[in-house]
Amino acid sequence: MNDSVMSPEYTDAVKNLLFQLADDDFMYSFRGSEWLGLAPHIEADIAYSSISQDTMGHAAMYYTLLENLGAGNADDLAHSRPASDRRNSILTERVNGSGYYLETPHYDWAYAVTRSYFYTQAKKVKIDSLCESSYKPLAEVAVKVRMELYYHRLHWETWFKQLMSSTDVAKKKMNEAIALVVADFGDVFSYGTQKEAIESNGLIGSEEALQEKWKMNIEPLLTSLQVQMPKIPDQPVKNGRNGEHTNDLEEGLTTLSEVYKFESAAVW
Amino acid sequence: MASFNTISEDNQLTNFMQRIEAGEKIEADDWMPEDYRQTLIKLISMHGMSEIMGALPEKEWVPKAPSLYRKLGIMAKVQDEMGHGQLLLRVTEDLLKPYNKNRADLMQDLFNGDLKFHNVFHMETKTWADAGIIGWLVDGAAIITQTDMLKASYGPYARALQRICAEEVFHAQHGESIIMALAEGTDQQKAMIQEALNRWWEPLLMFFGPASKETTGSSKQDLTIKYKIRTKTNEEFRQIFFDKYIPRIISLGLTIPDPTLRYDKDSNLWTYQQPDWNEFKKIIKNQGQRSEARLNLRRHSYEYNSWVRDALSANIS
Repeated sequence: MNDSVMSPEYTDAVKNLLFQLADDDFMYSFRGSEWLGLAPHIEADIAYSSISQDTMGHAAMYYTLLENLGAGNADDLAHSRPASDRRNSILTERVNGSGYYLETPHYDWAYAVTRSYFYTQAKKVKIDSLCESSYKPLAEVAVKVRMELYYHRLHWETWFKQLMSSTDVAKKKMNEAIALVVADFGDVFSYGTQKEAIESNGLIGSEEALQEKWKMNIEPLLTSLQVQMPKIPDQPVKNGRNGEHTNDLEEGLTTLSEVYKFESAAVW
Repeated sequence: MASFNTISEDNQLTNFMQRIEAGEKIEADDWMPEDYRQTLIKLISMHGMSEIMGALPEKEWVPKAPSLYRKLGIMAKVQDEMGHGQLLLRVTEDLLKPYNKNRADLMQDLFNGDLKFHNVFHMETKTWADAGIIGWLVDGAAIITQTDMLKASYGPYARALQRICAEEVFHAQHGESIIMALAEGTDQQKAMIQEALNRWWEPLLMFFGPASKETTGSSKQDLTIKYKIRTKTNEEFRQIFFDKYIPRIISLGLTIPDPTLRYDKDSNLWTYQQPDWNEFKKIIKNQGQRSEARLNLRRHSYEYNSWVRDALSANIS
């Protein structure tokens, strides 16, 4: 379907889904950008930075689709909406570890690798489905995202595999990270209160089908590494798709919009 | 006929200098005099670490960049800088082989103060305009010194610089674009650039180093010229910077914070107030505004994540 023949209900469903996709990638990329200069190897730093940059580009494409649908200016949507209007999964808003990025933070590489690997696998399942979306502009964006996502997934899978098959210290840290990531995974495949509208309009596959596919995709690697399949919570503690968020989001938004909000009339 | 290995050191040096004079490239495995190797190690490791440490002041503004477009631009820019650091450390690692030293040793040298990073990256950043000034003028200054070394006698460095300089041109455009937006913006935005320029003017003069070794007690500029690593002196670079950027800065309506600055038509040189070279000496001893804080950030993250390097280098059966 294209913009000219859309019912108001269909348009609302598209917007809702786009906010989920855009806010997910925007926050994931923001957290990645805080890691800049601090990764354990220079090579890892460059790769992670490249992935964060690609992901910010994906967020920008979704916000632009929203702008085209009359939801508002893309920069405003990214920088000005309060936490309660955000539709990202709580997984993407979580801090990288303790401490503020401008001071001397304790960022956890095991958490970065695990969050990125699980998130990127989930994103792949969604993007594959979005390539068939009834909303043509979104399907076209998904095709572009898929090309870059291939490398992101390969990168994080390699890290996950290497750390999980290494020292006892590394395995312990990775297992702790898996527990943290899985606890926040309850809303990753959720569409929140918009489930019916999003699914019935053929915008993307169902929550259940995508979650099942995600499990099937990661199972062979996890089994080979003797890692128990994660049990995603049936009910998320907070559902970001419905605007329920942690304080981490509020603090992150304050940082990422500091200059944008410095002067309302300014063009940057 | 005597093999190359049996030629005396004097002959090797003569042969080496003939190659340098003929404009040939010296490669990593070629014979080279000790002071050539040492000069290269000092120059390239400092250049590499400056790229890596230089990512930190700009990184402070990456998450805060004020639009999607600016976020994408500055992320790409800082990533490039880390990439330059990686390229240059690889070049240095090859030069370090005879000493059995590697990248981990370079990191330790940085942490204990033996390996310096460039004076500009010890400075504090206060507003988004600092990110613009760094891109526009610091990278602009770097282009002047680095393009001079594109024909450096050491092949691996000259080749790395080909790519680095090409990317630095984009960085300067990125910085200029940030500054242009501010210059055409609100009164507060204009004030923001002027304040940033006031902060960065002295560090920019210091960027090229003192005119002679009398200022700091040592300088490698004579050796680097002798070995055709570079062609111009520190002062010549500074004058090129003035020629290129003073008119541009003024055209944006900004005031250069030096009332004595003027162009001398007789000598075709700019006269200017010298920066505080005592401050420069402090900075190169890691006693600048943010020297310890940035070193500490890198040292801390390096040590905090040491388990990752241990894990990757572990021999797991």
